[in-house]
Amino acid sequence: MIDEKFDAIVIGAGMAGNAAAYTMASRGLKVLQLERGEYPGSKNVQGGILYADMLEKIVPDFRDEAPLERRLIEQRFWFMTDKAHTGMHYRSDEFNEERPNRYTIIRSQFDRWFARQAQSKGAILLCETTAIELIRDAYGKVVGVRTDRSGGPIHADVVVLAEGVNGLLGTRSELRPRPSAAHVALAVKEMHFLPPEVIEARFNLKGDEGAVIEAAGTISEGMAGMGFIYTNKESISIGIGCLVSDFAESETSPAKLLDIFKKHPSVAPLIAGSEVKEYAAHLIPEGGYKAVPQLFGDGWVICGDAGQLNNAVHREGSNLAMTSGRLAGEAIFQIKSRRETMNKANLSLYKKMLDDSFVLKDLKKYKDMPELLHTQAQNLFLTYPQLVSKAMENFLRVDGKPKIDKEKDTFRNFRKARGFGLIGDAFRIARAWR
Amino acid sequence: MHFVVCIKQVPDSAQIRVHPVTNTIMRQGVPTIINPYDLFSLEEALRLRDKVGGEVTVLTMGPPMASDSLRKALTIGADRAVLLTDRFFAGSDTLATTYALAQAIRKIGETFGPPDIVFAGKQTIDGDTAQVGPGIAKRLDMLQLTYVSAIVELDNEARSVKLERRSEGGTQLLQSKLPCMITMLEGSNVVRRGRIDDALRAARAEIVTWSAKDAGIEDLQLCGLRGSPTVVKKVFAPPARAEKAALVEIAATPADTAEAFIEAIFAKSPALEADVAKLASGF
Repeated sequence: MIDEKFDAIVIGAGMAGNAAAYTMASRGLKVLQLERGEYPGSKNVQGGILYADMLEKIVPDFRDEAPLERRLIEQRFWFMTDKAHTGMHYRSDEFNEERPNRYTIIRSQFDRWFARQAQSKGAILLCETTAIELIRDAYGKVVGVRTDRSGGPIHADVVVLAEGVNGLLGTRSELRPRPSAAHVALAVKEMHFLPPEVIEARFNLKGDEGAVIEAAGTISEGMAGMGFIYTNKESISIGIGCLVSDFAESETSPAKLLDIFKKHPSVAPLIAGSEVKEYAAHLIPEGGYKAVPQLFGDGWVICGDAGQLNNAVHREGSNLAMTSGRLAGEAIFQIKSRRETMNKANLSLYKKMLDDSFVLKDLKKYKDMPELLHTQAQNLFLTYPQLVSKAMENFLRVDGKPKIDKEKDTFRNFRKARGFGLIGDAFRIARAWR
Repeated sequence: MHFVVCIKQVPDSAQIRVHPVTNTIMRQGVPTIINPYDLFSLEEALRLRDKVGGEVTVLTMGPPMASDSLRKALTIGADRAVLLTDRFFAGSDTLATTYALAQAIRKIGETFGPPDIVFAGKQTIDGDTAQVGPGIAKRLDMLQLTYVSAIVELDNEARSVKLERRSEGGTQLLQSKLPCMITMLEGSNVVRRGRIDDALRAARAEIVTWSAKDAGIEDLQLCGLRGSPTVVKKVFAPPARAEKAALVEIAATPADTAEAFIEAIFAKSPALEADVAKLASGF
């Protein structure tokens, strides 16, 4: 029996959990953090890109110590067909600023560091400890958790569920529904190790500069999905993800998609000669605004992936997680300093803060996008990339054909695509983007 | 009663790699664990403590990061952790290690009460010498009981312990005086999962950290590289086996498949075919 009572118990030591634990502990709250993995980050999978601004709001001088891989100075978007890609690159020396805006990170290292920051502020972290049940009082208010270790429940004023997309505590306790197959993507990722100088030569980088490639098109075999290539210091993260419901229908496997992506003539030379040291898979919440569950109640709040707080359009997850964790921590601190109870009415402050922040504003903006990508997947990921690719080839190939005929060809192709609903899709995307 | 358990933080051998060019072990980024053999001794000590009362002190020598392993041992249920860490210990072989550990155990005895049983792992998974436990026993002038498969009876009044020891011919039932040094055999127990209160206590516990001087070690000539006559002359990785496994296609009948299978084996090693033929001719 544990007599001790905590101000807050945080479930999970990922981005959301660490941000919440850090925010509360640094304001003097008594925080217990439970992590089911052997160490923070051991269960986490992300590409991954770290957005500096959101972390700066939590740990202002993180650049001094955090394990960062490369600062991103170049972004490439690739529209892919089987043999080609049409790309848009943006590279700027402006990104080589004193306080760079985006970095690649390796979560197993980063999360450890982040959790240590929370610990240094006084949070207590127990690893290899899974919260399996919420403890409620006679009125139904959550007052603590039971773990998979013997020795009774641990009590706290509030439980912060930052347990990730697939966390079982919230779903078992019916605080949130199990995410449906259409609301989660399954992403697979490999880490390809190469000497830093090889990576720098292949991606035209120097020092700690980094580049990112995001690719969509025929690589996802007509499903809504995206491939990515991130440069780390001594490795390249390469992966691809599609909606679980699409995988279920298509009978293709994530491993097969990744294989197609890796063998693509535009990709293969980038990873040639590398040594694969890690293969990982993870779910990504992609349901958007409409899939966000109730995020607070009597004695509990939900942060990060567990709350479907992920912006699939901008591929931002970790910063929504961090920010929601920070806001939960700030809300709890405010309630605590007013000496009020952690009931539903008071914890609605957290939701209000989320509503006012970019987290829910961004998700609201793109609320129709997930459905659109899903229903128009064939067109968006198979037909249009091929149209664009054909047009580019037509424009560039010099074969003695009069240019006027070539233009007519291209025009004809696009006109044919009207039958598939090209104009309608353009209109729908514009509306979903607005 | 007081049980002291010596543990070692080792690289997780399941995840270790050898550098293809230099043949050195690549330790960077390899996660560390408590030497698995030590856990059998730790669990046995905890069981004895739970039965007869007393305390379990875990001791390790290593770099500051070895405190992770000590904290884990506290999470499992140990009462106290002592880290012996000093740059003078760097490069210790088993001779120097046993010297330092024996001194630290003496100091533990002075500070927290004399140990009744000192436990050590049967061997480590990185050094594999199985010398440290016996070395400590020798230096502390304790009876040593290695390869113990079960502790049958511990009698504090009579200052004796009865236990089973695995030997080549079978199992010996031995009785020994206390204090003694024991190394447990793998599989003799299953290490427990620490209780939540132990985990909480471990997270906050202050780890007793001693330098050579703190542990009362005066002769630094006997420590670390200077006190280690063992010299690693060369490290090499055994050459990878060149031969690859072959597949035998399934034939029409099981008999045909077996035939094809045997043919494939004999084709690889004709000597084996001759041997089998010779054996078969005897029937």
